[in-house]
Amino acid sequence: MNLQEYFSLVFSDYTLRTITLGTAILGAVTGMLGSFAVLRKQSLLGDAISHAALPGIALAFLITGAKDSNTLLIGALVSGLLGTFWIRGIISKTHLKSDTALGLILSLFFGFGMLLLTFIQKQPNANQAGLDKYLFGQAATLVESDVWLMAIITGICVLVMLLFWKEFKLLLFDADYTKTLGFNTKFIDILITTFIVLAIVLGLQTVGVVLMSAMLLAPAAAARQWTNSLSKMVLLAAIFGAFSGVFGTAISASQDNLSTGPVIVLVASVFVIFSFIFSPSRGLLFRQIRFIKNRSDLQLQKTLSFMYHIAETHENISHPHTIKILNNFQGFTRKSLQKLVDKNYVTIDGTMWSLTKEGFETAANLYNQNIKKDE
Amino acid sequence: MNELAKELKAISMDDHIKETSPSKTVLAVKVDDLTVAYNYKPVLWDIDLEIPEGVLMAIVGPNGAGKSTLIKAILGILKPLAGSVTIYGKPYHKQRSLVAYVPQKGSVDWDFPTTALDVVMMGTYGSLGWIKRPGVKEKKAALEALEKVGMLPFKNRQISQLSGGQQQRIFLARALVQDASIYFMDEPFQGVDATTEIAIINILKELRKAGKTVIVVHHDLQTVPEYFDWVTFLNVKKIATGPVMDIFNDDNLTKTYGINYKVSVQK
Repeated sequence: MNLQEYFSLVFSDYTLRTITLGTAILGAVTGMLGSFAVLRKQSLLGDAISHAALPGIALAFLITGAKDSNTLLIGALVSGLLGTFWIRGIISKTHLKSDTALGLILSLFFGFGMLLLTFIQKQPNANQAGLDKYLFGQAATLVESDVWLMAIITGICVLVMLLFWKEFKLLLFDADYTKTLGFNTKFIDILITTFIVLAIVLGLQTVGVVLMSAMLLAPAAAARQWTNSLSKMVLLAAIFGAFSGVFGTAISASQDNLSTGPVIVLVASVFVIFSFIFSPSRGLLFRQIRFIKNRSDLQLQKTLSFMYHIAETHENISHPHTIKILNNFQGFTRKSLQKLVDKNYVTIDGTMWSLTKEGFETAANLYNQNIKKDE
Repeated sequence: MNELAKELKAISMDDHIKETSPSKTVLAVKVDDLTVAYNYKPVLWDIDLEIPEGVLMAIVGPNGAGKSTLIKAILGILKPLAGSVTIYGKPYHKQRSLVAYVPQKGSVDWDFPTTALDVVMMGTYGSLGWIKRPGVKEKKAALEALEKVGMLPFKNRQISQLSGGQQQRIFLARALVQDASIYFMDEPFQGVDATTEIAIINILKELRKAGKTVIVVHHDLQTVPEYFDWVTFLNVKKIATGPVMDIFNDDNLTKTYGINYKVSVQK
């Protein structure tokens, strides 16, 4: 099956539709919540949570012997929450910085989880096969009930976000100030964190433990490039996330069931790279273009202000002068002179130039304008 | 620059004429035996402080003296090891609506995706309470506050594109929106130019004229007599507190800063 077939089948084929819908919802909810994580500078939290979920999956299997995703995800949820609150505890009770705490818990839980996985694989019964798909994810294993679960949790998440939007924004921007206004910052914080844990746990089956954090970060990082409004950023991140999910799944499903996680993450990275280069206000490309334009503007301004200082000494500002005297001035070229003529700042008559009234006024205000801008 | 100097002088003249001795009967803030420690090191040690209503007070002291910590402990941002704080005789959490806070400018990420108006609107969130969204009334209040600090033309500007002085004004506007009785400000003059400094001090003086109490963490000792009528010297312990006229002298400065202070104080 190639990509084209995939998209032509997506609306008619039940399995494909389920998988696509599932990854779209997943991408949207992680993108949304990822915006909060990125703005709180808790980008690594997602990584820690997803890795912390692994031993939960393994233990849930060992205890119940069941392999259905719901049982395993409850295990993941419990150990994910445990890891998260352990991290919070370490940060608030010790001198350790948050990156150290995150790294510690991440590797501790992941190491323990891997140990359990190897132990499970050595068990004699044949039931254990397939647990390792939680490492890199396999969207093809999604069934309708999984998608329903995702949709319900995403729905609740959107509802809570709309309800507490004001509080979320306030906490993200200025936590201390939020406290002085009388809001219980701990409650808001736990609310956000719990939803992040939920979203990550939901995504483990599809994207896997190892790369799940990218689902949280990539759409949000890309979205930040395009807007200066929090609500637009969250919306855009949801859209980017959903598209990454759908395209990633499509590619992975059409190419002989590649692991979905890496493919989705690669697609999301394309969004990030594109945004970093082409965003109009923050992108590298337009910043470079603006830089070059500013430089050539400055060149013109230099020439214009030089002309101004000459014209200033004459009563008639449009008194013609010979072009030759400009040659002493660095930065003067025929081209820049022509540009000034185009802007109607200067008129040229043979080898003589003279400032127009407009040019004179512009030149006189060159420096004042800069001061005004700074105010 | 000459004009600025003149204006500065005018402000200080104005100050001396309109100096009113604040009523000492009403206490806006009372701090008892307050001790705060980070890890094992005490940052504030057994602070007793009474701030009368209607003063414009500077808190001065060297780096690490606990000036910001004192404000944060009063506002309940930090949990003190011991001691109590009352605002008009009642604990802080019952008097929140009477208190506004201007944090240090550097305490937030100014690249946050929001506009100047939006930040000022945050000042209304406290009176709105949970879940309720700001409406027309709140927006009007925010615009008025922006006008007061001279930032109305920048209301839709992304906050990262404001200069340091403008960001400080936005923070001030956010506190003004709260329409409080007591204002706590953590270094509002840090990194602002002379124009902004004058604009800010004029607003602070207006607040005092309206009967508000303003408490400012301040670094520039030279301007203390010009700007403030009340001062607290702090260096882990409280060294002295009282009217600037009476206690702002070399003796207290030396006690606070630990070196023989040569700034001669004009009274």
